[in-house]
Amino acid sequence: MNALANIKTITKRELAAYFASPLAYVFIVIFLLLCGFFTFMVGTNLGAFFEHGQASLDTFFIWHPWFYLFLVPAVGMRLWAEERRVGTMELLLTMPITSWQAIVGKFLASWLFLALALALTFPLVITVNVLGHPDNGVIFCGYLGSWLMAGAYLAVSCITSAMTRAQVVSFIISVVLCLFLILAGFAPVIQFLSGWASPSVVQAVAACSVITHFDNFQKGVLDSRDVVFFLSLIVFSLFTTAVILRGHRAG
Amino acid sequence: MIQVVGLTKWFGAKRAVDGISFSVARGEVLGFLGPNGAGKSTTMRMITGFIPPSSGRVKVGGFDVVEQPIQAKRLMGYLPENAPAYTDMTVHGFLNFAAEIRGLRGAARPRAVQRAVEMCFLESVLHQSIETLSKGYRHRTCFAQSIIHDPEVLVMDEPTDGLDPNQKHEVRGLIRRMGEKKAIIFSTHILEEVDAACTRAIIIDRGRIVANGTPTELRQKSEGAGAVTLRVKGVGSAEVSARLRQVSQVKRVAVLEEKNGSVSLRAFPASNANGELARAIGEAARGWQIEQLQTEEGRLDEVFRSLTMPDTGKKSET
Repeated sequence: MNALANIKTITKRELAAYFASPLAYVFIVIFLLLCGFFTFMVGTNLGAFFEHGQASLDTFFIWHPWFYLFLVPAVGMRLWAEERRVGTMELLLTMPITSWQAIVGKFLASWLFLALALALTFPLVITVNVLGHPDNGVIFCGYLGSWLMAGAYLAVSCITSAMTRAQVVSFIISVVLCLFLILAGFAPVIQFLSGWASPSVVQAVAACSVITHFDNFQKGVLDSRDVVFFLSLIVFSLFTTAVILRGHRAG
Repeated sequence: MIQVVGLTKWFGAKRAVDGISFSVARGEVLGFLGPNGAGKSTTMRMITGFIPPSSGRVKVGGFDVVEQPIQAKRLMGYLPENAPAYTDMTVHGFLNFAAEIRGLRGAARPRAVQRAVEMCFLESVLHQSIETLSKGYRHRTCFAQSIIHDPEVLVMDEPTDGLDPNQKHEVRGLIRRMGEKKAIIFSTHILEEVDAACTRAIIIDRGRIVANGTPTELRQKSEGAGAVTLRVKGVGSAEVSARLRQVSQVKRVAVLEEKNGSVSLRAFPASNANGELARAIGEAARGWQIEQLQTEEGRLDEVFRSLTMPDTGKKSET
């Protein structure tokens, strides 16, 4: 009860902080522009929205792992780096809250912010519904998967943000880490690996990838294993964040 | 209210705080003095639970800061060094956040914010964003945050740093008034603040406590404490100092000044003086025209220097 109230207080403050800076607006505008552009204009082999000839949002979701690669670390980079640079972390962690309440509260704020950005792509859903008869269940599933994937990236950004005072350093490291999460399941990489590694190794690597798990969501398959994958990635990353923060404080 | 026992902190191979023990009761204002890097901030961070001690304990209101951090932190208000604040928020938004996270609900919250705003004179900037504030206002905003829940224990790291003289005066007054009902620790390297606000002071150097006492007690540790200054007219300095040296309670005599026919001397007490020096000198000076006869109280900066810089401290005395 008390814990929830504390988390809510922190989440509220953190969300307000996004909208107090231009970051929120710049992010939303760029995200929506990218979504629109890539969904409708790009793709000869992947198939643009119209050439696709189907009432689905496949051509929209397929880009998400790549958008997030750059956009989510930009949202997450300030979470702890800024607190450490300005010194407000000392204030926050001497308040009567536990550090995991602070971590979860801050994470939730950014995750909700990403949910808002994602929700603002709703005109696409209207468009396909006007043009044809899409399976809205699949679309919903795609959105859910996309949001979970964003959460996983964000949690990784939390780690890198806790590691440094410099937001730029945090950004670059989390982009690299997220790139690993994508590439582990990227078709060319899997083909390269299967050339010499045993199938079990290839499978293990591919299982670490956000792409393989996100694929199922795109197809409309809501598999508990995929949900668990993303959630466990989030929990693990937040736990690591807590360990890093404690390490800083212990000196 | 605050008990610190054997507090030690290692940063790598460096011992920043080395076995510090003290306690602060309700109604006490403890001044924490020491040169830069002496371990003041580290000690305060351990008391407030921001960093864990390597060894030793801190209890606040009976709660161990490491084992029961939430209960302990609830009793405390903390003003960290450099007064950090969320610069993107307005003063009101920030104080409201602080009140909310301190568990103030309903009507109690706006009341607490109002009280803190009044105490710290923040009305005029209430709806201004913190990043647009001058340093003094920013500092007071953070100060307001630390007293918003009317804590029983206040820990302040350089509360007057960066304030102008008027603001410094206000803050000292505030600390002294609040100190009547709370237990307060604040660090400073401005020695006059010790007199202005503290009931007790601790001097720490290289992580150790080198002095602990009331400002008067500390002053008496200075070499000049108890010395008697004598100014007489119409006598040569050689004659005066020769006669003073014969007084058994006098250890040493120094000539301070000689002009317009007056001579000023200072006599330092020997170990058998027992506060009788002024009387003894008064007797020895009988027959001369005495313009001034005064016992020195001792000076805090002298004590501070001699305790924290042992070598140069002695040199300045000779």
